[in-house]
Amino acid sequence: MNPFSSGTRLRDMIRAIRACKTAAEERGVVRKECAAIRDSISENDPDYRHRNLAKLMFIHMLGYPTHFGQMECLKLIASPGFPEKRIGYLGLMLLLDERQEVLMLVTNSIKQDLNHTNQYIVGLALCALGNICSAEMARDLAPEVERLLQFRDPNIRKKAALCSIRIIKKVPDLAENFVKPVAALLKEKHHGVLITGVQLCADLCKASPEALDYFRKKCTDGLVKVLKDVANSPYAPEYDISGITDPFLHIRLLKVLRVLGQGDADTSDSMNDILAQVATKTESNKNAGNAILYECVETIMNIEDNGGLHVLAINILGRFLSNRDNNIRYVALNMLMRAIAVDSQAVQRHRATILECVKDSDPSIRKRALELVYLLVNDTNVKPLTKELTEHLEVSDPEFKGDLTAKICSIVEKFSPEKIWYIDQMLKVLSEAGKYVKDEVWHALIVVITNASDLHGYAVRFLYRALQAAVEQETLVRVAVWCIGEYGEMLVNNVGRLDIEEPLTVTESDAVDVLETSIKSHSCDLTSQAMCLIALLKLSSRFPSCSQRINEIIGQYKGSFVLELQQRANEFNSIIERHQNMRSSLAERMPVLDEATFSGRRAGSVPAVVSTSQGVSVILPNGSAKLGTAPVADLLDLSLDDAPAPSSSGGEFLQDLLGVNLMPVSLQPDTNQAQKSGSDILLDLLSIGTPPAQNSPSPPQLLSSNTDNRSPLDILDRLSTPSAPSAQIFSTGGNSSMLDLLDGLPSSPPMSEGNGLAHSSVTAFESSSLILTFNFSKQPGNPQMTLIDGSFTNKSQDVFTEFIFQAAVPKFLQLQLDPASGDTLPASGNGSITQKLRITNSQHGKKSLVMRIRISYKVNNKDVLEEGQIRNFPRDL
Amino acid sequence: MIRFILLQNRQGKTRLAKYYIPLEESEKHKVEYEVHRLVVNRDPKFTNFVEFRTHKVIYRRYAGLFFSLCVDITDNELAYLESIHLFVEILDHFFSNVCELDLVFNFHKVYLILDEFILAGELQETSKRAIIERMGELEKQE
Repeated sequence: MNPFSSGTRLRDMIRAIRACKTAAEERGVVRKECAAIRDSISENDPDYRHRNLAKLMFIHMLGYPTHFGQMECLKLIASPGFPEKRIGYLGLMLLLDERQEVLMLVTNSIKQDLNHTNQYIVGLALCALGNICSAEMARDLAPEVERLLQFRDPNIRKKAALCSIRIIKKVPDLAENFVKPVAALLKEKHHGVLITGVQLCADLCKASPEALDYFRKKCTDGLVKVLKDVANSPYAPEYDISGITDPFLHIRLLKVLRVLGQGDADTSDSMNDILAQVATKTESNKNAGNAILYECVETIMNIEDNGGLHVLAINILGRFLSNRDNNIRYVALNMLMRAIAVDSQAVQRHRATILECVKDSDPSIRKRALELVYLLVNDTNVKPLTKELTEHLEVSDPEFKGDLTAKICSIVEKFSPEKIWYIDQMLKVLSEAGKYVKDEVWHALIVVITNASDLHGYAVRFLYRALQAAVEQETLVRVAVWCIGEYGEMLVNNVGRLDIEEPLTVTESDAVDVLETSIKSHSCDLTSQAMCLIALLKLSSRFPSCSQRINEIIGQYKGSFVLELQQRANEFNSIIERHQNMRSSLAERMPVLDEATFSGRRAGSVPAVVSTSQGVSVILPNGSAKLGTAPVADLLDLSLDDAPAPSSSGGEFLQDLLGVNLMPVSLQPDTNQAQKSGSDILLDLLSIGTPPAQNSPSPPQLLSSNTDNRSPLDILDRLSTPSAPSAQIFSTGGNSSMLDLLDGLPSSPPMSEGNGLAHSSVTAFESSSLILTFNFSKQPGNPQMTLIDGSFTNKSQDVFTEFIFQAAVPKFLQLQLDPASGDTLPASGNGSITQKLRITNSQHGKKSLVMRIRISYKVNNKDVLEEGQIRNFPRDL
Repeated sequence: MIRFILLQNRQGKTRLAKYYIPLEESEKHKVEYEVHRLVVNRDPKFTNFVEFRTHKVIYRRYAGLFFSLCVDITDNELAYLESIHLFVEILDHFFSNVCELDLVFNFHKVYLILDEFILAGELQETSKRAIIERMGELEKQE
């Protein structure tokens, strides 16, 4: 006989499948078997039906599709015999669930079986109903189930009780019908009926307030007595589990008492005695006893207040905590977490034990314990707790370090009593687990460091030491590199040394060494490398003696394959080699970052920070933005903020770093007046080192609203892309810096004088010491082009030297600046500097000219910087 | 409430899967795979409880078989652990020294026992003897 014909027995099929050596072989057997079953189904052969379905269920368990057998289940359920019905109902529960429409067809069969004379068949029907009934079936069959709650056989009563639970979960409205029959079940002696009845009672109380009220009044005493009887019952072999009679019933009873006692003082009061008895008398050397104690503690915690019982409960948890069994400790931690709300003082007493659990090898325990410790932290214990956790960080499993680090950082940020402690703790965490620290955490640390001016030296020396010990902690490297760049001289001079510090001798070249090691380390990623380059640039200005060496280090990255590094290296190299005069101001220390704004933004945009943390990480605090989409978009966002509204909702750290001194100030009403003190993102970018005093606050508005809003981005783009085809920033004279920085830009073509149309002259810019007037002319035949004769006059009593005029325009304009007539401007209006500008307006007739200017010069050897916007161009240019 | 019960061997083959909540077939396979991954490599000294999505899995290992119950987060873990043991004792008694193969060849009987032990995600009977007797009666009906 062919072993794969439909005549194979179930056992043989299972053997055949198990004998398969490969998955392909197994698939083959299953395919043949399924084909045979299908044939048998289409022949509608009743003899093999239940055998076929049994096979299908096995095939289903292996993960093969068996939907074609669904109708067979219904046929089997409808057949008269018990064996067929048994397999039919089993198939129904395995192959179908409450969502299938087919289930509708079975409702009638179930109804008939619920009324069957054979109680075993009634049992099958109840079981199926309890496991898969839908809301519709629940409504149709509830009366039958309700009736079966009083069936003579206890096996049916208990099944009907659990079935009722399912019914009232599906249709809570039906709850009231069950209240009376359940009250009768609670008086039963049969444990199976009792335990299901108690469970149903608890579910009814949750489903309907009336039921809760009813059971509270009528059944509390009865249930307390049942619990008393069970707890005091003599040895009962049938229900005995390690010396305790039916712990499951204990637990169900305690649970239902909790439901009844919650929010009702009288009811709670009536169960105090039995709870106290269970809590004190239950053996706690076996799991079953502990399970009861655990449930008892939960009930004590949840019913109305009784101080004495609470102490008892917390003590039980304390005992649990010192248990050697991990399971027991786990549930103790779990419960203590809930107990904090009730009695946090009592939980605090177990702090030491809980801390020990954080160090457990079992991840489930550690996780619970850490969460609990986090809830236990307050102002008084934050220091010892943090110390313990930080110490544990050194030895903890790598997979736990992430969680632990996050919690420590969060504790430190939330409870830090003083800045030095905050900095200390964060630096320790960075040294131990720097690679697990999230971006916003180390960003926040930098903000705190910049704000703690008396701790700059301390922080940088700490970081210097730490960096030599642990190079592979990425975020430590970043913070250290940033601080060494900013506060390098404090490292060398031991500025602001605190009493607690060990003396540290660092030479200038040591400081450069440590940066060189960092940038060359294999674990140093792009962001850190880029930060290193900036720090090196800053050091080159702080330590002129190392300048040559720094230039060599930077030079090594001029050929980097990473565009970002290559570009930085080239720019910085050129700054060091050719622009000594502006280097010191470029490498000026960052202005203090505003803490409140940062934390406000962080709080307001936690998801944003998380989701764009990748983007944020490539932004470097020193004002250089990578050409990624996200960062640029952010810059754009900020600078497009035409409205005078505060920009603090932006939510990116970058804004802090770049535009920290652009804090919201209302827009000056007369925008036509050039804003003498105005500064904007663009200029900020250009003048990294401008002392904050000069960058007085101004709205984050770049150009007037009638100009092309994309201009700032564009200018930025060009700034950072040396190969940009046309430059819009030109500068005066050969002594200018910008043009050289942007090596490779086309030099200005010779100027052609034209006899253009004359326009009236305007005073484009006027400050207390300086007047700039523009005379306009047009070339015939080229209406887009405007020639401007700029003339600078000095109103003050002092001579201006090294006079440089710079201008920037939006994208729709093209600007060419010719060399100025000189770089010295005599005092008191005795002479002037003239300079010609040529502007091509691609939106001629639609948009007016607009320009940002910046003038720098020296008076008595002091640098002066003036900036402004020119908007009062004649409209038709 | 118990949301599902899984019996799996070390290789991850499911020997019994009972769901008391409706799940898509594909979702069931995913759940079985994930639960197996969670429990199979845990140190025996560790707790028998693992968090699983928004619920928790209480599991216990008997030789090469893992018995896993997925229950609500507020449920009494220790009690469910005890009920796994009770279930295993019942199986052991019924098959007299149960082994994995008994469960494979008599899977439909295992389901029948389970249906006498747990119904609608709740415990139905706590007496081993009662269940064994009931099984005897049911077998007589065949």
